Amino acid sequence: MSQLEALVEDPWLHGLVIGFLVLNLLMAVGGFASWWERRFAARIQNRIGPNIVGPLGVLQPIADLIKMAQKEDIVPRDADRVLFNLAPALPTFLALGGAAVIPFAGSWGEDGRWQNQLVVADLDIGILWVMALAGLMVFPVWMAGWASNNKYTLLAGMRAVAQGISYEIPLLLSALVAVVATGELSISGIVSWQAEHGWLIWRLPVLGFVAFLLFFLMSLAEANRIPFDIPEAESELVAGVMVEYTGLKFGLFLFAEYVHTFVAALLAVALFLGGAHGPFAERVGPLWLLLKAGLLFVSIYWIRWSWYRFRADQLMVLCWHYLIPITVLLVMGTATMVSLGWL
Amino acid sequence: MSSPLHEQMPWHRRAPGTERGSRRPDPHLDLGKYDPEADLMALNMGPQHPSTHGVFRVKMFLDGEVIIKAVPYPGYLHRGVEKLCEKLTYIQLTPIVDKHDYVAPMTNEQAINVAIEELVGVEVPRRARWLRTILAEMQRIASHLLWLGTFTLDIGGTIGGGASVMMYTFRERELILDCFEALTGGRFHYNTHTVGGNRHDVPSGWDAMVKRAMRTIGARLSEYEAECSDNEIFLMRTRNVGIIDQYLAMELGLTGPNLRASGVDHDLRRDEPFHAYDEIDVGVAVARSGDCYARYQVRMAEIKESVRLVNLLIDGIPTGPIAALRGAKSPIAIKAKSGQVYSAIETPRGELGTYIIGGGDQKGAAAYRLKIRPPSLHAVAALPYALVGHTISDVVTILGSLDPIMGEVDR
Repeated sequence: MSQLEALVEDPWLHGLVIGFLVLNLLMAVGGFASWWERRFAARIQNRIGPNIVGPLGVLQPIADLIKMAQKEDIVPRDADRVLFNLAPALPTFLALGGAAVIPFAGSWGEDGRWQNQLVVADLDIGILWVMALAGLMVFPVWMAGWASNNKYTLLAGMRAVAQGISYEIPLLLSALVAVVATGELSISGIVSWQAEHGWLIWRLPVLGFVAFLLFFLMSLAEANRIPFDIPEAESELVAGVMVEYTGLKFGLFLFAEYVHTFVAALLAVALFLGGAHGPFAERVGPLWLLLKAGLLFVSIYWIRWSWYRFRADQLMVLCWHYLIPITVLLVMGTATMVSLGWL
Repeated sequence: MSSPLHEQMPWHRRAPGTERGSRRPDPHLDLGKYDPEADLMALNMGPQHPSTHGVFRVKMFLDGEVIIKAVPYPGYLHRGVEKLCEKLTYIQLTPIVDKHDYVAPMTNEQAINVAIEELVGVEVPRRARWLRTILAEMQRIASHLLWLGTFTLDIGGTIGGGASVMMYTFRERELILDCFEALTGGRFHYNTHTVGGNRHDVPSGWDAMVKRAMRTIGARLSEYEAECSDNEIFLMRTRNVGIIDQYLAMELGLTGPNLRASGVDHDLRRDEPFHAYDEIDVGVAVARSGDCYARYQVRMAEIKESVRLVNLLIDGIPTGPIAALRGAKSPIAIKAKSGQVYSAIETPRGELGTYIIGGGDQKGAAAYRLKIRPPSLHAVAALPYALVGHTISDVVTILGSLDPIMGEVDR
């Protein structure tokens, strides 16, 4: 890893090369996650799942892609064409952007300090960047919902905005626990602190664990996964904001969901589970991060395939009555511990 | 034993909730008199909607996301079954009514044949009645399992936990369909009942097959309960949702699990026994609250009770003929030149009644008029009351909990 880093001293070139690597990694994860999810769901449901295309059906996503590309591209007559066509492109872009500040690997330096590697852009305010992108996430959904000019998509879009805005608050607050505890605003700073002092989930007794759980739950809500997938509640709203989309545009939404979910898992790992830190971290490069994020990813889909969905109003009650007060208390508790020097 | 529908209902006074200014929703709400400030939206759910259990349309008027008025429009699946039944002879009717409640074909066949037998005056042999009871109970299990699967699908989504439960329930339903296939050769449209008895006698080893299926299903019921009533989100989604009070349920003519979930202890199997139900004790499940969760509870209890009944009945199938009129050679062998009859049996969905006036054609081999009273139609009639005040998310929950089969509603 370090050789690779040394090769690209120039920050612009560095960003391009690492960005290219990370982008492709996430795209591959997003693409093949659909195959993996279908196999996994099939195991849960006593089915076999896709097993025809390629060995164990791994090439199923490619077959799906070809199928979707062949579909007629329909834009409803009364739709707002510009917004309608722009909306599917944005979620993937925003989801991938969040991964830019996550260090994918790291090693112990000469001075005994943790050196983060494979960061596309090591922003000083990484957490703000991530939260800003998460905040923008409601726009494409709302654009799609509004531009389709369909009552179902409109309802779905309104729900998505309500949910996105509400859940951003506890998401930000639970991420703030990590910021307050480590005193760092950059993701790589938080990871370094954890590598040197211990992962936040253990280092911060109880509070860290609760904050991690809440952050994880809120990421589910941000990524619209069950039990928080109100905006695409297909039993009542058919397919949510995606009702009017066909072919590859529809596929882009699905693809963005996988990418978003994986990036959310990456973030949770970076903030609370020590990022790429682990035994033999120098040798295995990004493996630790990917392993931890992969486990979270699995649990997200495990939850998805065994739980039901909340109702829109219950979701709001859960957020405003329980999650926000709890996260505020968490931040206050962490701040108290830090100021008393218990950390 | 007379029905509690006649005894409990205080017809002389208005039911609570229907007095002036009551909280029972007005299904004929005049939208012109609704709050003029409100920004109303009309939303058509269906007829091409994945969760309307067939082709069915509900027109809803929304204030925000809250429904203030709901108008159900059935009729998209109308196939003229009743008229068709008047044109065919009695013997030819069985495969036609198979298709009308396509989730419980067995009990459809039974309902029409019981009515014709009563009209013609045929005594059904005890073995056939016993076998019909077994088939009816197995069909009830299969139908309720399918209901549970589709209901969780409505709550949990086609890509989510609901789909998992549906896969499990279909796996168990398959066992019952296998038993039916071994008996009749058909998996779905059996055509096994006929006027005066059954067509297919029990094959050897069938009782062991049925017992095995019942053992599996009985053991796996706790899995469903772990997935449903032990799940906090399931409880949040079903409790206090779509409440139909006792009086409303009786006024609308709800029957079956929907009625019992509203606290009316009424079951034709016990109150007006048909088949061999007079020889056994049927435990009737009743819940009080009348919400979606109560309907879930009643159906789960009924699956358990049906498993018990099938296990009880399968051991004691009496010997003897399975049909009173063995080998009816011609379609006009059964004749009723006059007379009329109404008979009803308890299907998985409730009281499935058949009203026949005999003497349709010259020879008397067809009905002059045939009317089917489907329980699902009455369930759909509860929607304008049950939906009001809830949000769109609850529409599919409530509709699903009432378990209407559109083939039966529209016929």
